[in-house]
Amino acid sequence: MKTIRLSIIGFGAVGQGVAKVILDKQVYLEKIGIDFKVVAIADSRTAVIDEDGVDLAAVISRKKTEGTVGSEKLTGLEIIETIDHELVVETTPTNIVTGGAGLGNMFMAFKHGRDLVTSNKGPLAMKYGELIAAAEASGSKFLFEATVGGAMPVLNLARDVLAGNKITNVEGIFNGTCNYILTRMMEEHAPYEQMLAEAQELGYAETDPTYDVEGIDTACKLVILANCVFGMNATHEDVTVTGITKITPEALMLAQNDGYVIKLIGEVNDSRINVAPKLVPIDHPLAVGGSLNVASMQTDLSGPITVTGRGAGSIETASAILSDMISIYRD
Amino acid sequence: MRVSMDIELKDIPGQLLLALRPVSEFKGNLISVVHHHEKRTPRGTIPVNVVFETKPDNLNSIISSLEDSDIGIARIDEKRYFEHGAVILIGHIVHTDIQDTIDTIDNTGYAEVVDLNLSMPKIKKPSSASLKIDAVSKEHLASAIELLKEIAKKKDLLVIEPIKSELGAV
Repeated sequence: MKTIRLSIIGFGAVGQGVAKVILDKQVYLEKIGIDFKVVAIADSRTAVIDEDGVDLAAVISRKKTEGTVGSEKLTGLEIIETIDHELVVETTPTNIVTGGAGLGNMFMAFKHGRDLVTSNKGPLAMKYGELIAAAEASGSKFLFEATVGGAMPVLNLARDVLAGNKITNVEGIFNGTCNYILTRMMEEHAPYEQMLAEAQELGYAETDPTYDVEGIDTACKLVILANCVFGMNATHEDVTVTGITKITPEALMLAQNDGYVIKLIGEVNDSRINVAPKLVPIDHPLAVGGSLNVASMQTDLSGPITVTGRGAGSIETASAILSDMISIYRD
Repeated sequence: MRVSMDIELKDIPGQLLLALRPVSEFKGNLISVVHHHEKRTPRGTIPVNVVFETKPDNLNSIISSLEDSDIGIARIDEKRYFEHGAVILIGHIVHTDIQDTIDTIDNTGYAEVVDLNLSMPKIKKPSSASLKIDAVSKEHLASAIELLKEIAKKKDLLVIEPIKSELGAV
């Protein structure tokens, strides 16, 4: 049994999801010979630290009832700096203007030679090259499957499973909120504002939906894809972006009459990184409904490969993080 | 463009070769040849259907070359456009001179707007339209859509184009 000491920095929906899947998968993890021992958890205000392993169930319940994870006043950054552990799971909220706390946390983890798994897009969309260089310099493993498409495997699929293939184009739906709104607008023949309100009520859209509906979230994911799969050194400023706020129910009906649905499509290839609403034939693999995500990769040897799955959600995103964690330490 | 041609050959050796040579001479791409040897026209000739792709400029040269070889041409059916595309426009489509938008595509010589459906729900609200565009080839269809996007940008219209794999230009 290999014991890996880890910290969870950021204890919102995704951080809690990580704690839950580690608990739920104890038997499986034992079978593959890895013991993930969480030695520290931090949220934006408090922390809990225990060298013998934090009681995850107790922390999840405390976070629910009291809104805090513990009584320590250490920040995430201080935990990464001072507590001895191998792996940092970085699940603080995405900020694409400053990089947020995540950016500093990541550099600190690499400075101390710690491995890092993250779901936080902001730092990667801003400073991909610098982060990869810092991780390489310290010999840290750095995986971030959860940043693109939630549970849907995209980066690891392109990098590992499709190894040997040259990927010439990636097209897909990378934002579940937009997909939900467009799908519902078509079903109900209702205007954008009404379906946005419904999405907000159901928790699919934030109170300030700008980040999703203006295509910024999709753009960040494309930047990570472009850098990771196409070897570019792009930032979100290199993406041409059109959101979904101008789409009318009439446009959706006209498209449907011609055999198409309208989806917010992200596209990456050697010549461009682009987010825009596009016409997708109703019977095309990219025409998935509801809040699903989908990605279709054009490869030289295998032709098109398409994957679809849930692009967000606490447990779904945590599943991508767990998969990265296991892939680092399994033999 | 794609041309389907019914020609008539005399029943003597070497006629088919003679008929196909002009197509290759003028860089045409032969798609199919159906030789109805069992049939005879009232003139005693053998009907042959030839389908090929060629540049529009070369078609007349091919025809005169065939005529020079004394090969009868019974019918020529040319299909200029065999790529079809759809786009959606959103915005003040009519008030930004829809005629001009359509003309810009039609005047390219390689693409045409062949169908337009317009939906105008309320005065001063943005309208939506679906346009069908026919073009000479996939590449020409893609450039017609690029052209449409340029005009739309000036007129503040949103263009929703088909996904890349649908345009076949991956």
